[in-house]
Amino acid sequence: MTAQTETDLADLKARHPHLFERPAAARLGVPTIALAALALFIYGLIELDFSPQRIMAGLSQLGWFALLMIPPDPGSSLPAYLSAMGETLSIALLGTTLAALMALPVSLLAARNIIPTQLIRFPVRRFLDGVRGIDTLIWALVWINVVGLGPFAGVLAIAVSDFGAFGKLFSEAIETADRKQVEGVRASGGSALHEIRFGLMPQVLPVIAGQVLYFIESNTRSATIIGIVGAGGIGLQLAEQIRVLEWQKVSFLILMILVAVAAIDWISTRLRFAIIGKRAIA
Amino acid sequence: MALAVSLLPESQLDALNAAYNASIARRRWRTILGFTIAVAALAVAAVGAEVDLGTFFGKIGNFFSYFDRIFRLDSGARVWTDPAEWFWGWQKWLGLLGETLLISYVGTLAGAVLALLLNFFAARNTAPLPWLLFVIRRFLEICRTVPDIVFALVFVIAFGLGPMAGVLAIAIHSTGALGKLFSEIVENVDMKPVEGVRSTGAGWVACMRFAVLPQVISGFASYALLRFEINVRGASVMGFVGAGGIGQELIVSIRKFYYSDVSAILLLIIVTVFVIDISTGWIRGRLTGGRA
Repeated sequence: MTAQTETDLADLKARHPHLFERPAAARLGVPTIALAALALFIYGLIELDFSPQRIMAGLSQLGWFALLMIPPDPGSSLPAYLSAMGETLSIALLGTTLAALMALPVSLLAARNIIPTQLIRFPVRRFLDGVRGIDTLIWALVWINVVGLGPFAGVLAIAVSDFGAFGKLFSEAIETADRKQVEGVRASGGSALHEIRFGLMPQVLPVIAGQVLYFIESNTRSATIIGIVGAGGIGLQLAEQIRVLEWQKVSFLILMILVAVAAIDWISTRLRFAIIGKRAIA
Repeated sequence: MALAVSLLPESQLDALNAAYNASIARRRWRTILGFTIAVAALAVAAVGAEVDLGTFFGKIGNFFSYFDRIFRLDSGARVWTDPAEWFWGWQKWLGLLGETLLISYVGTLAGAVLALLLNFFAARNTAPLPWLLFVIRRFLEICRTVPDIVFALVFVIAFGLGPMAGVLAIAIHSTGALGKLFSEIVENVDMKPVEGVRSTGAGWVACMRFAVLPQVISGFASYALLRFEINVRGASVMGFVGAGGIGQELIVSIRKFYYSDVSAILLLIIVTVFVIDISTGWIRGRLTGGRA
């Protein structure tokens, strides 16, 4: 039995040499990349001032903070926190809707099957890339310069930065739409606008609605942080309480955010199921 | 063969038409109802977010003139007429940009490694202990729901100002986000290799290493690269709260109205993000072998 296995092995080696003796490049490739990645990682740790003392000191500090956080307690500021949370949800909802409304016409311009010429599509796409490359917090700072401190600046910041993301996602949804239904509308004598309205939109709208709902959910998270730079919502309260080391209030605020995000998550998942149908997602 | 269109008798046609109209009307009602609820929600939200269209239209000009101003030098000339003056601080800025990239690299790698270790406990098909599955899942959920900049705010107080707080914040947030994605990949693996390895008498660790990991590693790497891309954006604003990187310079120049500096730094960030997007996209394309 053993002898047979050995001859089999020799036979297999003779027939498939490339499986037994892989070229040096293939064998050394992965370890080299891993080593380079590790070296860069260690260089990063040194360059960014990591030291065992600092880590230990920081961890013991964090341990203290964690102890001081229990139990979560809003003190007397519960009404203020609830209204700040409402503000955050409003910012997310309004910002996302505005972004979707602005992005829909622009995404048509960026879709290959609507605008065949590269002349318009290319600049529109690069413009969307540029808008997307700037973080929501930076947009919030810019809008604060324009409309002043407060939640309205937050709405506009989310609207603009999501406009870039939606423009790209919508145009991709439009490009993957089926050509045949558009042709059907044209064959029955429809105009170009009819083609978009009756051939394209019925296919694209459910996808877009799903994406918008998903973004409302993720924007609830973004809306919690734009308050840090002064653009309204619960982030303002959170940043303040962290700075004055009111850890019980901080943990209460974080719990509020977790609950709110989970609730929005639940609602938007339900709505998405209702719009696209259960099977499309699962 | 001639096709004959046979018309239904009036009475039947009426019944069918009525049923059709009724169903259309019902759908229309539902659409109108949904639309009304959405508009009402938006109206409530508009009040909540203190939307003031008067201010908006009164000051929208500022928005465009802001972009006009950030593209002018102090002398009033357009920035591109004098690139040396525009990018006067390029050595400092490139250094900070490098620091930003390093923060996101170290943070992403640390987060990915942690997520790699944790995700097998959070995937339903490989979790060794049910209670551990629950605990790890909740832990990952908290890590990814709390935004990274909030972690940074806390870490800046605990670990002191500087890039270290930014790295740790990004690492924790990435652990949460990647842990979830990784465990979803693991839940979709083929379980037959696992049975094969187990039948040779291997323990749980060996099963994960030799049966699961080879199936999922390219997916893991792809998601980690995607996360790196997101984290570069995130690290560019870490400086807003004092956690290192180019954000510190940016917020100072925005707050102090150093207009041409704002455009120069923004341009550097956009170009960097763009280059990172393209290169990680290329690597991910090679990893997935054109499948995705």
